[in-house]
Amino acid sequence: MRRLGALVIILFGSSFLLYNLAAISTDPLAELRISDAENKEQLILNLTRELRLDLPPPLRYFIWLRGVLGIFIGNANFGLTREQEPVITAIAGAIPVTVRLVFVATIVAIVLGISLGITSALRQYTRFDYGMTFFAFLLFSLPIFWVAVLLKQYLAIDFNDFLVNATISPPWILILSMATGFFWAAIFSGSRKRVLTIFGGVTIVNSLLLFFLSSTKWFAYPELGPITIALLGVAISLGVTYLSIGFSSKASIRTALLIAGLGTISYFPAQVLLSSNRPRLAVLILLIAMIIVAVGASFVFSKIDRGPIIRTSLISSTIIGLLIIVDRLMQSWRPFVESDDVNYRPVATIGQSTIWLSEVPFWVRVLDQVMHLILPTIALTLISFASYIRFSRGTLLDVLNQDYIRTARAKGLNERTVIMRHAFRNTMIPLTTIMVADIAGIVGGAIITERVFAWQGMGTLFNKAIVSFDLNLLMGVSIFLSALAIAANLVADLLYSVLDPRIRVGAGK
Amino acid sequence: MAKKKIVEQASVDKDENAILNKETEGLSQGQIVFRRFIRHRAAMISVIVLFSLIAFVYTALDWRIGDEDDPFIIPGWWKYNFEDMPNLVYESCPGGTVGCPTIDMVPFLDGDGITLGEHPFGQDDIGRDYFALVMRGAQRSLLVMFIIGAIAATLGTVIGAVAGFFRGWVDAILMRLVDFIITVPVIIIGSVIGFHYGNKGAAFLALLLGLFAWTGLSRLVRGEFLTLREREFVDAARVAGASNRRIIFKHILPNAIGVIIVSVTLLMSGAILLETALSFLGFGVTAPDVSLGLLISTYQDAFTTRPWLFWYPGLFIITIALCINFIGDGLRDAFDPRQRRRLSRKDKENAKMMKNREEVAP
Repeated sequence: MRRLGALVIILFGSSFLLYNLAAISTDPLAELRISDAENKEQLILNLTRELRLDLPPPLRYFIWLRGVLGIFIGNANFGLTREQEPVITAIAGAIPVTVRLVFVATIVAIVLGISLGITSALRQYTRFDYGMTFFAFLLFSLPIFWVAVLLKQYLAIDFNDFLVNATISPPWILILSMATGFFWAAIFSGSRKRVLTIFGGVTIVNSLLLFFLSSTKWFAYPELGPITIALLGVAISLGVTYLSIGFSSKASIRTALLIAGLGTISYFPAQVLLSSNRPRLAVLILLIAMIIVAVGASFVFSKIDRGPIIRTSLISSTIIGLLIIVDRLMQSWRPFVESDDVNYRPVATIGQSTIWLSEVPFWVRVLDQVMHLILPTIALTLISFASYIRFSRGTLLDVLNQDYIRTARAKGLNERTVIMRHAFRNTMIPLTTIMVADIAGIVGGAIITERVFAWQGMGTLFNKAIVSFDLNLLMGVSIFLSALAIAANLVADLLYSVLDPRIRVGAGK
Repeated sequence: MAKKKIVEQASVDKDENAILNKETEGLSQGQIVFRRFIRHRAAMISVIVLFSLIAFVYTALDWRIGDEDDPFIIPGWWKYNFEDMPNLVYESCPGGTVGCPTIDMVPFLDGDGITLGEHPFGQDDIGRDYFALVMRGAQRSLLVMFIIGAIAATLGTVIGAVAGFFRGWVDAILMRLVDFIITVPVIIIGSVIGFHYGNKGAAFLALLLGLFAWTGLSRLVRGEFLTLREREFVDAARVAGASNRRIIFKHILPNAIGVIIVSVTLLMSGAILLETALSFLGFGVTAPDVSLGLLISTYQDAFTTRPWLFWYPGLFIITIALCINFIGDGLRDAFDPRQRRRLSRKDKENAKMMKNREEVAP
């Protein structure tokens, strides 16, 4: 509670600072002064009265504050914009757009960045490690708007051109497969024979897969279907189980297989549910069903150590559930690309959704939003996940040098347990700090990204506020972003105490 | 099995420590850091690249000093200035575009070797030489970067030092100020300043931006001071009658210099990206002056037809930022006492030889 009070004070302080800064450096009258309108004096007078320019900025801050404090009596409008519209309505429209962008990018960046960073740390001083280090530094140095323009060209325009044919020429198949093979071989470095085997194996499997996908025109009309989902489901649940509890106990393997099996079976009722005319409800039902199945399966098979198994099966069933939804989205691919508004250009470069001229089904609309989300998310992710790679690598290396890791190894625990249970958890503690700092960074990046991709979010509002000297709008945007940063801080504090039992929130000094 | 490995590891550690200790015998802290930095290959390459780039960029164009009409000119080695407007070159451009780059880096295919041509990076819409524009942009961006770095380093160090050393209400007030500034995303402060002062020149803009960029550094310095001020050598200095100023600048600061240098380098690479981002949004350096971000922003739509207008400024930004990041990494490794060099095979052989000799000798 005391922390919360401090945060509110910080919020007031920073808004006061920014208000004065902005008020001093803006001159809304500048345009009028140089105009040659006849009633220039009158116009200046009017504007002065309207914006209360006769008062010095610190006093005007309190006028603005009155609009904000309206929160407590239920009619906060955060002041009026220059067009006499309450700021709150303008922002309310923009928040979901920006939050969607930031949220997805953050999650992808965290998951990818941490897994790459940890792999890199476990392979310290190998070629893979050096490669990752260089890659991370390169990403650090990239201006986001530059990347965004490149993505627009190569990922959207060229990829759309590719989709018209949807066949990959044999040299490209070979190049792509060799690149993948090279990547995996670099990760599993070892003796030369081993590296070559992995490289060859991955390359061959990959080229066969790509050849198959390309010759069946899968890229033009992607689909998963129950068989693929079953196969992927088994692979995923076994993979997740391996990482989190290992194959030592029979119960965990049985649970994993049961989850995969039930996931596949639930594919069929899910089709009916998702295609009904209450799709949001259907997703909710699917979610609940997944949780029940996961917990139930764990209870059936495990006698002891239920906690980890439940956690594991929850993760794998969530992923399988996502797969089913992805499959549903892919089923709407054909009506999506063939509609007049999209016209075979699925990867969009501009805006946050297509303006539909005709009525379209729910899933097509979702798919459309996903396709619009792809490019900005990639741009934001590329910029922010470099710091996760570097930081998780550094922290894990620090942790691995600690005495308790040596103790764990000396106890005879296997390497997986040492890394996932002892090292990884302790790596997460300092990482939360970075996550918080990074969210502020991503929001800043979102302002630029929105500009490049012409999204109508907070960035656009902010732009408009500055160009039109709209102090109230500017303050509205910035106080929201500051609040977001502060909320992230608070969440980090709570996360700390979850991850690290030594820290107690609210214990005071 | 595992136990044996650990014992082996311990003995290897001991040997390696011995080698490393021998290397640092009789050297000052500065010399040790310098030696370590020299050994960091990526950082050394970056230092060389960055300094040659700076020299290259700043000598390329004419310097005009003094009043507008009758300036004192120090000539640069490139034939055009960024304000010159030579005729647009039409011929020999593919696809009917204008002002394509004449640089030829492929020596074999067309047989005329590496040539620069009239406009190596091409020309822009009104015929200005793009090479000169990019040089000018890089000059501005580097200038902004150094000014922001210098101001933020000074302010951050002094404020952090004062807060950490005196603690109490000084600390409380200064750190609240830091909190206030740090919660507003830097791009917002930058845009507010940049939109209104961008036309007053890049240096002035950088000066203002520097006034808001010191917060992160000051937190770090404060933390460092809070721990260092409790150490014995500070007590010793105080007993010897040293003033607060002397303790701060002569005793504590040299011990915190590693943290400061490293985070200032990272701050500078952030600064160049901030400047380009602001210019891209239109809130930074404005026409008629040139910056790399402004160039990209102006020609982002020309990417499909005239990609060179987009590539060259971007490559310069990346090169500069990449070099600085690597230098920062090298410095961090050099200053970190826990960081141990990976011994090369040669070092180990030398050590073994020394050991054998010692065993034989007595």
